[in-house]
Formats: sequence, C-alpha cells, structure tokens
Amino acid sequence: MRQRRSLRWAGYAVLAVVAAVYIYPFLIQLGTAFKTDADATAHPLTPWPHEWSVAVFGALAQQDFPRWAMNSVIVSVSVTVGRVVFDSLAGYALARLRFRGRTTVFGAVLAVLAVPSVVLLIPKFLVLNQFGMYDTYAAMIVPLLVDATGVFIMKQFFETVPVSVEEAARIDGAGPLRTFWSVVLPMSRPALITLTILSFQGSWNELPHFIVSRQDPALNTLTSGVATLVSGQLGQGNQFPLKLAAALLMTLPVAVVYFIFSKRFTRGTYEGVDK
Amino acid sequence: MVVPILMALWVSVSDWTGNGSPLSSRVHFVGADNYAALLTDPGLTQQNFATSVRNNAYFVLFVVPLQTALALLLAMMLNQRRLKGKQFFRTAFYFPTVTSSVAISVVFLFLFSSTGTVNAALGLFGVNGPSWFADPRGIFQLLLHGLGVTNPPQALAANSFMGLSWWDWLSGPSVAMCSIIVLVVWTSTGGFMLMFYAALQNLPPSVDEAALIDGAGPWQRFWRVTLPQLRPTLFLVLTLGLIGTWQVFDQVYVLSRGEPAKTTLTPAYLSYSTSFIGKEWGQGSAIAFLLFVVIVLFTLGQRWLLREKGE
Repeated sequence: MRQRRSLRWAGYAVLAVVAAVYIYPFLIQLGTAFKTDADATAHPLTPWPHEWSVAVFGALAQQDFPRWAMNSVIVSVSVTVGRVVFDSLAGYALARLRFRGRTTVFGAVLAVLAVPSVVLLIPKFLVLNQFGMYDTYAAMIVPLLVDATGVFIMKQFFETVPVSVEEAARIDGAGPLRTFWSVVLPMSRPALITLTILSFQGSWNELPHFIVSRQDPALNTLTSGVATLVSGQLGQGNQFPLKLAAALLMTLPVAVVYFIFSKRFTRGTYEGVDK
Repeated sequence: MVVPILMALWVSVSDWTGNGSPLSSRVHFVGADNYAALLTDPGLTQQNFATSVRNNAYFVLFVVPLQTALALLLAMMLNQRRLKGKQFFRTAFYFPTVTSSVAISVVFLFLFSSTGTVNAALGLFGVNGPSWFADPRGIFQLLLHGLGVTNPPQALAANSFMGLSWWDWLSGPSVAMCSIIVLVVWTSTGGFMLMFYAALQNLPPSVDEAALIDGAGPWQRFWRVTLPQLRPTLFLVLTLGLIGTWQVFDQVYVLSRGEPAKTTLTPAYLSYSTSFIGKEWGQGSAIAFLLFVVIVLFTLGQRWLLREKGE
C-alpha cells in the first residue's frame, strides 16, 4: 500500500514538472511582451518584467500589425463559414444520399487526407496562377473552403443520426435538402460547433498556404506577417519584446476559444482520425 | 485535386520558368533531367538535396520516438483513476498543439537565443550554453570530439554518397536542429497524448485486473497487457508522426530558413525555396514528388514492420 502511494506521488511529481515545462514558455512570452529590450536581455529567466513597458504594443499598432490582424480575421471567418456549409453538405451527401460513384468520392476524400500538404503547395500555386487568382483574397480563401477532415467528421456524425427521424420528414413530403436543413442540421449542433472551432483554429494558424498564394505585403496574415517580422529585422537589435508581443496577440483569439471550448478541441482530435 | 497534381507532375519533367502558363508551347519536356540532377548528377543541387534528406532523417529519428514515448507516458499517468487535476494537466499539455506554430516558434527563438532563457537556466548549473540557432555542428561529431576523435576516419571522409561524405551523413543533427527537435516534440506531444488517453479510457479494466490477480507487476502489465491492446493507436500515432515529421516546414521557415550551414534544410523547405525563391519550378516539383515517395515508402514500410511483429 505504501509503495503504491509513493508511486502516485512520483507520478504527480513527473506530471507537475512536465506541466511546468509546458506552461513556462507561455509565461515567458506573456512577461517578455511587457519588458524593455534591455530587461529582456538581462533577465531572460524571470517571467515578470523588472520595469513595465507597453511601448511595443504602440509600435505594433503603428506598423502593419493591425492590417495583418484584419486579413487574418477576413480569411479565417470566410474559411470557417465555408467549411461549416460545404463540409456538412458534403458529409451529409456521403452519409445518406445514394448516388453513383459515392464510394469513389469517399475514397477520394480519404486519399486527400493522405496526401501531405507540403506536396500540394506547388500544385496549389499552379492552379491559382492559371486561374489568375494569385495575390488576391480569393486565392487565400477558396482553396481552404473545403477540407477533407471536416467532411470526414461530419459524415461520421450524420451516420449516427437515426434514419427514422428523416423518414418522418420524407413522408411529410420534404426533399433531401429540406430534410437536411430543417431536421438533420438542428440536431447536429454539437458536431457543427466542433467543426467551427477546428476550422477557425486551423485557418487562423495556417502558414504555408498564405506564403504560396500571395506576394503582396498588404495581404499578409498574422502568421505570414509575424514570420517576416522575425526574420526580416534582425539587423535592428533583437527586439524580442516586440516579437513576443506580436506572438502573444496572435495567440490570444485561439487561446480564448480553447479555454472556453477545450472539451470540443479534444473531441475533434480523435474524432477526425481515430476510426 | 487530381488535376493540380498532374500539372505539378508535368512541371517536374519540364523546363517551365514560372512565366506564363506551364501548359503553353514554349515549355519543353526535359524528361527525367530534374530528377537526375537531384539523384545522380554530382553537383550543388544533388548535395543540397542529400543534405536536406540527411537533416530530415535525423529529425524523424529523434522526434518520432520522443513524442510517441512522452505522449504515452503522459497519457498513462493521466489515466490513473484517482488522479486529481486531470483537466488542468490535459489543458496544459494540449495547449501548445492548438496554438500557431509561428507564434510558438517566435517564443522558442527567444528561449534558445544565445542570451535566452535556456542558456540562462543552463548558466545556473555552470554550463555555458551554445548559441543554439547559429551552431551548425552535428551532435554526434561533437560527442566524438569529446571522446578525442578530432579528425574523421579516412574511410568515412574519403567516400561519399550522393555528393555528401559519409562523415557528413553520420554527423548527427546540428545543435540548431536540436532546438527545432525540442520545439516540435513540445508542440506535438499533446495531440498524441489525447489519442492514447482516449484509447486507454476505452480499454476494459477487467483485463488489467485479471493480470493483477495473476501477480503481474506494473512493468509486466504495461508491456504484456496494456501495450498490445494499444497497438492500433500506437500504429496511428507512429504513422501520423512519420507523415508529419517528413514535412516539417513552418518552424524551419520561421526560425532558420535552412541555416546555419544548411543544417536545418529539409526537403519541404528546399522544395519551397527552389520553386518560389529560386524560380526553378521543375526542380522544386521534383523534390516535392520525391518527398511524397519517401513518405509513402516510410508509411508502407512501417506498416509492414509492425504487422510482422504482431503475427
């Protein structure tokens, strides 16, 4: 009995140490954003500032940062709305409608899941270029509108909805679209919320696609913008407080969503892949 | 989906320069030239590609076992029935996975900078930390240095494979790459931990209890009872880990762009920089397809290995 108790304490100790390692970088990030350059260099280990400074936030506001944030909002909101609409429509069609080539389409969705996204960077660019969409908002949004993972999650969910519910609607004379809209969709709120959160988080954090779909600095999102901020200005001192403040601000929206909906995040993680 | 890939496949065997449509008549078919430059023709192109493959191979070799083992360990500990604060630990471990890789890379840039947090912490123990992101020395070579081997053995330095001497192939990940390895393990473990955790929760407790009654110790129960039941999840985690690590891009793009001395160059980044910066589209596409082949081969090979063991 005593051995088991000491084992449990050891477990707690390991968990606590690992948790500290996982949380500490965020504390450093938070604290350093309010430090001065000199303070950050002199005291890299302490998360709290020795002299408070909010100067970097002013500096960020005067740079292109607000514009990047706006672009991120525009793109993420459009992508999220698109994914919720298209993924659920596609998922429903795959789960319920009997049409020719259904298994082929589903196979294609699975194949897309399997193709590494990095391999698709050049193909994406080629198509955007061919359609003359390169360097536009459309180039940044349209290719992300549907994602295979989302279709998959929605299909799995719709298959759990009992068929009898829909049959009642069909007997009342509702077509497939009508049944989908007024019967199935209201029942799928939990899945839709999960999909919304995952889509928002995914598009907010996306980087490679925004690198290859545009060139114009005015179209920078937070991810591509902050990436240039980091690599471009090393000449003018380290400016770590500025960079960490930028990173902090871009983390905030996702962090807020995460702390409100953390259960849904975790659900999405194994719903998408574990089958 | 199929059309863009076919287009890229065409580009990979053409001399398209990025101007106009790759389908126009001014673009010529060059056969396997782009692939040959990477695989068989000696030169800088081949050397860069070999270097990127070496770097990424070390990256995979370190990241995949580390993240899998750590994720499993954390999941097992969270699975203890009477553990308090589960929700807190889960949130802490998973949070890095949901946040932006760019933001986290920025944080790590500070942590691992020469005057940064990691070196300050090492300083407390009297260790002089390296300037992480500027140090191209391979850690295996550093280890050998420590053991007194300063000059490479003739056999390793004189012979080469794909334009890179064996000594270079065996150098180990550079110090800079090690920081990226730490970063990626730190961010990706949370997601895999949740998969293991979910699987553990679904295991019937009766099997474990039966083993307990039979007098199996904790170690035995883990290897003989729990792990075999986790095989499907383990398989999934390893596969996703392999696929993910062979495509590492974001962190390299933000942190190092392949520097120092090309020791953090990866095929994914090389493919991007060759096409989008160097404007050598055929070459870049060829790298992307070779990378695709590598990923497919690894996934198949790993599937085969695991099956072999189980039967």
